[in-house]
Amino acid sequence: MRIELEKRPKVSALYSILSPFIAFALTIVFGGIMFALLGKNPVAALYSFFVEPLSEVWSLHELAIKAAPLILIGVGLSVCFRSNNWNIGAEGQFIMGAIAGSIFPVVFYEWQSPLMLPLMLLLGMVGGALFAAIPAFLKAHMNTNEILTSLMLVYVAQLFLDWLVRGPWRNPQGMNFPETRSFGVDAILPEMLASGRTHWGFAFAILAALAVWFMMRYTLRGFEITVLGQSERAGRFAGFSSRKMIWFSMLFSGALAGLAGISEVSGAIQQLRPVISPGYGFTAIIVAFLGRLNPLGIIAAGLVLALTYLGGEAAQLSIGVSDKVTRVFQGLLLFFVLSCDTLIHYRIRLVRERFAALKTDEAH
Amino acid sequence: MPVKGQIASGPLLAVRDLTKLFGSFAACNTINLHIEPGEIHALLGENGAGKSTLVKMLFGVLAPTAGEISWMGDNVRITSPGDARKLGIAMVFQHFSLFEALTVAENIALSMDRSISLARVAEEAARLSRLYGLPLDPSAHVADLSVGERQRIEIVRALLQNPQLIILDEPTSVLTPQEADRLFETLLKLKAEGRSVLYISHRLEEVQRICDRATVLRHGKVTGACDPRAETPASLARMMVGNDVAVVTPEGTSTKGDVQLEARGLSVAARTPFAVSLKNVSLKVRAGEVLAIAGVAGNGQSELFDALSGEYPVTDDNAVQIRQRPVGAKNINARRLMGAGFVPEERHGHAAVSSLSLSDNLVLARNQSDKRAFLGGGFLKIIRQGAVKAAAKRISEAMDVRKSGEDPPAGSLSGGNLQKFIVGRELDRQPAVLVVNQPTWGVDAGAASRIRQALVDLAKAGSAVLVISQDLDEIFEVATEIAVISEGRLSDPYPARELSREKIGLLMGGMHGKMEGAGAAHAH
Repeated sequence: MRIELEKRPKVSALYSILSPFIAFALTIVFGGIMFALLGKNPVAALYSFFVEPLSEVWSLHELAIKAAPLILIGVGLSVCFRSNNWNIGAEGQFIMGAIAGSIFPVVFYEWQSPLMLPLMLLLGMVGGALFAAIPAFLKAHMNTNEILTSLMLVYVAQLFLDWLVRGPWRNPQGMNFPETRSFGVDAILPEMLASGRTHWGFAFAILAALAVWFMMRYTLRGFEITVLGQSERAGRFAGFSSRKMIWFSMLFSGALAGLAGISEVSGAIQQLRPVISPGYGFTAIIVAFLGRLNPLGIIAAGLVLALTYLGGEAAQLSIGVSDKVTRVFQGLLLFFVLSCDTLIHYRIRLVRERFAALKTDEAH
Repeated sequence: MPVKGQIASGPLLAVRDLTKLFGSFAACNTINLHIEPGEIHALLGENGAGKSTLVKMLFGVLAPTAGEISWMGDNVRITSPGDARKLGIAMVFQHFSLFEALTVAENIALSMDRSISLARVAEEAARLSRLYGLPLDPSAHVADLSVGERQRIEIVRALLQNPQLIILDEPTSVLTPQEADRLFETLLKLKAEGRSVLYISHRLEEVQRICDRATVLRHGKVTGACDPRAETPASLARMMVGNDVAVVTPEGTSTKGDVQLEARGLSVAARTPFAVSLKNVSLKVRAGEVLAIAGVAGNGQSELFDALSGEYPVTDDNAVQIRQRPVGAKNINARRLMGAGFVPEERHGHAAVSSLSLSDNLVLARNQSDKRAFLGGGFLKIIRQGAVKAAAKRISEAMDVRKSGEDPPAGSLSGGNLQKFIVGRELDRQPAVLVVNQPTWGVDAGAASRIRQALVDLAKAGSAVLVISQDLDEIFEVATEIAVISEGRLSDPYPARELSREKIGLLMGGMHGKMEGAGAAHAH
């Protein structure tokens, strides 16, 4: 007996739309079961995880701060994934963007100018894009699997940052703490609203999502991305180059990840530390799929995943569970999103092994 | 390896009235065939003649609709390849199923029904390969081996089952002449041991060289059973492609224009192990002409299309000329802008993207050639959906494309209707040059005749049309000139009215330069 996936003749449009909601509902149910197994009241635990963080103004600002990098990176990744390029290393591009964008406030900290911030943002995008250029080059010219190279480069970026803040970039007046100088006023991404901490990074995220939505929906470039993602051969027939698309999609997603990195550092942390991301680059992969690789869906998905970060912190305080719960919820969500999508396209069939008997008597 | 005891007289395998229906289409129609012990038996036929279907039934991959198979005199039902192997039937497929990252011995061990230690497999394989003159290193990685060596693995794998009948599907299509010679020596050794070989091919020369008897299929029926050595290539070809020496009523215009499409000594190396390299292909298509290229699939047709369309440009710019300007190194859109249109063989995933709408599939082929009409917004290149949809509607009406809804996904259309749209997409531009690969492959008769008519009309209107096709009926219907492609070489063109099916059959069988001496039994 074996299990086979059989392609469905027709994909249900209704379930395609419902799929992320079903996945979210299943995540809640299994999360509740997990809390019950941990000996907590599941309803109260889920309430403090998913609802409490939405009940106050300051926590809504925190939500926006956490959603900003997720949306920015997720939108970039959606372009990559739609064109059939699998950039898994956005976390590394996020870090390299943050480092490149921090060159001026850390090294030339005495320089004061209104040009500082635009320059930082630009360098952040360049840094992320250049780091993504490595797997892009390897795939386009050496036929290397970009999933592996981009993923492995994440650890290179993390260790490089760690070395920088403990070594050459450590704050001389910082009592030996592994961190850089605090950024000057000119180098800080300002708050968007008077009511709280949300910085302009959130606006960048929304703008990027709208721009990519427009590109995918209306322009020839968006069409090219879709066609090459569906069939390289048809793309070649249309005169599109899959090699150029590797470069475009990897550099584009790298630049957005880099922008997310420098925005996070400049807007929220305001210095470099050994760890500047709670895994935004990886979580953004879930965001991209939960949002169905649609930029507008990604805005909503980014907010949902940001909530799991806040919920994890809240649950740690109010019900005393580990903040690893965040990872569990993110994992559950990705699992259910992918399973729902699979079941929309395929049905499960049990196949009885026809030749099993024949094989066993041959064995003697 | 001794052959199992067998009945001294009577055929090893006999097939009576074997029939396979797909719907109402008879892929094999009351086939009768018998294979004697110790003979090399050829199965000859064009593409779609039913060779593969017949063999799949013998190997248990397909179940026959009617008829019976007997093995050493007993009626048998072969329901799986496992059954076939148990009887003593082994098969070497045209496309190999090997893991490139594994060694030869590991690949062989994987296919064994029983589990044997790797060392014993390697030992046994080495012994067999020495015995049958199939040099093979059991510890080599498959990725490092040539196609010929890979085929040897498949043959050794088959021999390990100690079979009495070995089926080889187009074994020489991927081999160099030297490798093929070696293979023939091996086959003769197998024959000397009393084993039988069913040898599928369309190459007359090989069949005459090594086969004792031949069964010829055409349109799912046996059209001849003979001793190939007693036949001439011409008589074999006639059995293969039909008796009717059709003389065509040429449809083209009487006045021929300038050369619009030309290839000059076009040579392209094979991109993959199964691809065919093009060898010094030259052709000319004038305005008002339909040049048809006949040939059995896998003889370089798709490679020729790729080079002519510019999907895979070549280094020599002069090797391909469109409207007397060199384009060999230019891409497909540059060629389209010079007035050329292209229709590839594969509809889904090449000529069209199944999940995208018809209007999107129109943009697919014409995003550069019609950018004035279809794109706006300056550098943003916004697709003008209104203009595109109107053009898609116009094309659908002109070609009578039956569809559900205004602008359905391409995948929801039947093969014939989608093909009409794909051809119509190019005709709508009135291209000066049109290159079509298998214009009516897998298309219903109504759509096929509509498409053929459109191709003829286009040429009449003064365009140059190149049709690559396996379907001789189609070729005779549309062509003014005919050339034949075989093993990556293109024959000289012949006026369609002067060319008989028999001659085409000879050319398809690889009888290069033997056109006039059609009676000669040996070529090369």
